[in-house]
Amino acid sequence: MSIASSLRIASVRQAGPLPGLPLALGMTLVWLGLIVLLPLSALLLKSATLGSGWIKVLHDPRVFAALKLSFGTAFAAALFDTIVGALIAWVLVRYRFAGRAFFDALVDLPFALPTAVAGIALTALYAGNGWIGSWLAPRGIKIAYTPTGIAIALAFVGLPFCVRTMQPVLQSLGAEFEEAAASLGATRMTTLRRVLLPPLLPSMITGFALAFARGVGEYGSVIFIAGNIPRVSQIAPLLIVIKLDEYDYAGAAAVATLMLALSFVILLLLNVLQKKVALGRHD
Amino acid sequence: MKRFVKLLLILLALSLTSSFAASTAFAKDVSLLNVSYDPTRELYKDINAAFAQDWKKRTGDNLDIKMSHGGSGKQARAVIDGLEADVVTLALAADIDAVASKGKLLPADWQKRLPNNSAPYTSTIVLLVRKGNPKNIHDWSDLVRPGIAVITPNPKTSGGARWNYLAAWAFASKTCNAKGACVLDFMKKLYANVPVLDTGARGSTTTFVERGIGDVMISWENEAFLALAESKDNGFEIVVPSISIRAEPPVAVVDEVARRHGTQAVAEAYLKFLYTAQGQTIAAKDGYRPALPQLVDPALLKKFPKLPLVTIDGAFSGWKKAQAQHFDDGGFFDQIYGGGAH
Repeated sequence: MSIASSLRIASVRQAGPLPGLPLALGMTLVWLGLIVLLPLSALLLKSATLGSGWIKVLHDPRVFAALKLSFGTAFAAALFDTIVGALIAWVLVRYRFAGRAFFDALVDLPFALPTAVAGIALTALYAGNGWIGSWLAPRGIKIAYTPTGIAIALAFVGLPFCVRTMQPVLQSLGAEFEEAAASLGATRMTTLRRVLLPPLLPSMITGFALAFARGVGEYGSVIFIAGNIPRVSQIAPLLIVIKLDEYDYAGAAAVATLMLALSFVILLLLNVLQKKVALGRHD
Repeated sequence: MKRFVKLLLILLALSLTSSFAASTAFAKDVSLLNVSYDPTRELYKDINAAFAQDWKKRTGDNLDIKMSHGGSGKQARAVIDGLEADVVTLALAADIDAVASKGKLLPADWQKRLPNNSAPYTSTIVLLVRKGNPKNIHDWSDLVRPGIAVITPNPKTSGGARWNYLAAWAFASKTCNAKGACVLDFMKKLYANVPVLDTGARGSTTTFVERGIGDVMISWENEAFLALAESKDNGFEIVVPSISIRAEPPVAVVDEVARRHGTQAVAEAYLKFLYTAQGQTIAAKDGYRPALPQLVDPALLKKFPKLPLVTIDGAFSGWKKAQAQHFDDGGFFDQIYGGGAH
């Protein structure tokens, strides 16, 4: 590849393999330490003051229900975003149509919109008297104030992650691959499965992981559409806020630590999976 | 380039210090931060304007009162965590107690410093239904009927919701002959009818009024008046229940902060202004029951119906006990939702 060869040329001129390793690594560690690890260790210290109270937190059915809800809806939303995001990215990269730049910019809007605005807008749409809700209500479908509503809000805030991670990959892939597959007699399904999917998979997993992580921690947009009924539609971040309002700082830190540990394990697994998939492709 | 950046930084620093110097030169600008709960936005907008005028007349100083609104518990926590409130005007005494005990920002006996338990205005809890009362709701007992959707916020996060909950509890304990289980049963049925548990009173009003969710909203009386006034075409009706609770939202100067800001005098005058004829009249106009009704034109008091009211001290032995029994982790509210009963 051209990048690799240009790197090799650069390395001939430099003494080390890469320039400024000690400085770059030092800065990386300092920043990671200051911005990521310091607040996290403060959190762990706080939850450690709980001591035996941890058992109570772990056994609390409300905590369990809230975690299940948060992780479940975030998973569903991320899955939806990955599939729909792939489609949107493909359309935006492959086709030239009127208003493409407009739609391309539209994808980023959920990033820019304050999450509370998104939550209120979605609730207004999906509530029993909203545009979509009033159409669904007579059919016996309820979205706002149910876990489905939570998943929709999370899908909204997570979509840009998926589209934006896949778009550059599709761009670099070029339409020629798909055309070649077609000219060699591959069906559309085969092209999708054997030509498009393998190179796209690593970025799909990255997009999924980002959307999932965002969804697990999301508060602002969800709170308006969730209904917030304990053990039904109460997300874990709200439970943390409730514990803070009870001045139960240690309990709140414990739930947060649980969430964090779960998220970290899941993200780590996804990272490993992504590396495996990406490596497998180069072999 | 580097020199340019340096120059820019120096300019920035200069402009910052000079603007700071300018603001200290006109020392007659006084500012106060009032940290309040959700539904008092309209009340304090009017009070602040009136008091600033009054203060200007008395001292010549320009007074700028900044407001912060939100769920009462959340606001108390913000003050404890360092929000520099000169005065707090919260939904219930328990929240200011927390500022005193956990934040150590004012003495524990703060509530004795002003008349009427430091509550310049009171309110009560009423039921707001849709126009024509289509579901025929007349009292608390109608709220537990199957198929009635009740809107009330989460008492864990909202002070108003705690008054709502206690008012319903007061009704249940009056009608229940046997103790304990019957009351809890009533509360379970009531909360089983709640489709959305918002985090604050304003959120509940939005759910009920804007989203059209629910048949009845349990509400502050002043919030119910506001909903009536703001949506004449949609149409709501207030249903006065057979019994309710006397809600006393108290006010207090946060001594530590006021001392640091040098605002004790103006902060105290601000709270005392609430007890004047002018302050009481504004409160009554904005839907709060004045603590000193004799100072207010009787015509303004006509909208407040007379109904039997229990008090937090009489029926629940004070906030400390009520808070621990009902709303703390594992309390009755958690038991209503089937958790926390370890």
